[in-house]
Amino acid sequence: MKRYEAVVVGAGPAGMTAAVYLARFGIKTALAEQLSPGGLLLQTCEVENYPGFPKGIKGYELADLFSDQLESYANLTRVQGEISELKIDGERKLLHVDEDWLEADSVVICSGVRHRKLGLPNEDRLLGRGISHCAMCDGNFFRGQVVGVAGGGNSAVEEALHLTKIVSKVHLIHRRNSFRAVPLYVDRLKSVKNVVFEMCTVISALHGEKELEGVSLKRLDTGNEEFLPLNGLFVFVGFEPLSRFLPAEIARDEQGFVITDTEMRTNLPGVFAAGDIRSKLCRQIITAAGEGATAANAVNSYLEHAHG
Amino acid sequence: MSKAVTDGDFEKDVIQSPLPVLVDFWASWCGPCRSIGPVIEEISAEYEGKISVYKLNVDENPVSSTKYGIRAIPTMIIFDKGQIVDQITGAVSKANLKEIINHKVLTG
Repeated sequence: MKRYEAVVVGAGPAGMTAAVYLARFGIKTALAEQLSPGGLLLQTCEVENYPGFPKGIKGYELADLFSDQLESYANLTRVQGEISELKIDGERKLLHVDEDWLEADSVVICSGVRHRKLGLPNEDRLLGRGISHCAMCDGNFFRGQVVGVAGGGNSAVEEALHLTKIVSKVHLIHRRNSFRAVPLYVDRLKSVKNVVFEMCTVISALHGEKELEGVSLKRLDTGNEEFLPLNGLFVFVGFEPLSRFLPAEIARDEQGFVITDTEMRTNLPGVFAAGDIRSKLCRQIITAAGEGATAANAVNSYLEHAHG
Repeated sequence: MSKAVTDGDFEKDVIQSPLPVLVDFWASWCGPCRSIGPVIEEISAEYEGKISVYKLNVDENPVSSTKYGIRAIPTMIIFDKGQIVDQITGAVSKANLKEIINHKVLTG
């Protein structure tokens, strides 16, 4: 079994920042990731709000820059493989990666989130056959066609804006009558001609055999239902935590996000969390990175104290 | 290592392949395709001699992408004797892909 002083779970912005800071403290660190480094950054089209990039930067380019910054530290090991279980055995933290266990004195959970589904019949079957969670990836397959975007947060509005440049028409379907997205994006979207705002409206059914052919819309104000033909549907109705590998004794909120204090400490000694997996309101690249740094600092204090 | 397949080689390399084939439809600008890149390479190494693994760039090979109705990437299609066995979309985990390969392809 390989031993480390700290193991970081997940190489998104929080995990990669925690790893850099831990490495610079001189802590023997493992950074475990099951896919390529970047996390949700890899699904972000244009990042316009990360300081230092006045012209914006593509999500995957920023992910590569974060990752490149980890290369020069001899005390940092990158571990790639399926992460299936975290066990907390008092002071020992054990992470199952592929067929091996990593042992560490401390762990920083940065496993992040994934897009939430609508929760409708046929949704899994139609994923990749009209339903998508990534406008940057899949928008081009719907060039000149009619698509829907479900949601009213920043992701939904930003991705809808991206799609308006490619498709003939975007129906933005949102259950409320106002947006949670920042006004800057909403105003931009309102100035575009090929957007139809379907407010106070939910999707009640998905239609199509081999591929998506349309959706049933339910108007929440009138109760009326109607069929809307769509070639594609991009779903951005929030996120759910990637927390299946976590032990039950780590305190979570009612949605399953990990509860920490302001120093990123969970309810268990030596167990920390940072980034989107945390219970909080603001989920941004910059907050994830900031929390990664804070968590590394707390790990350093914990290890100093533990080692006397 | 996975190999690249093109519209021109698709019939020979995939449809007429004696081994089952996993084809990863991808593009260079697609973040989740990058996400799953290491998983595809690991699958290719672990199943060497049992299945062939190819990557098809959707920008450069529109004929195959259109023929198989690709509307999202990454999409992995598994072929056996020229027939589609399964189709998986998104940056799924290695365990997920292995389960599909083990249960739907290698037991058959």
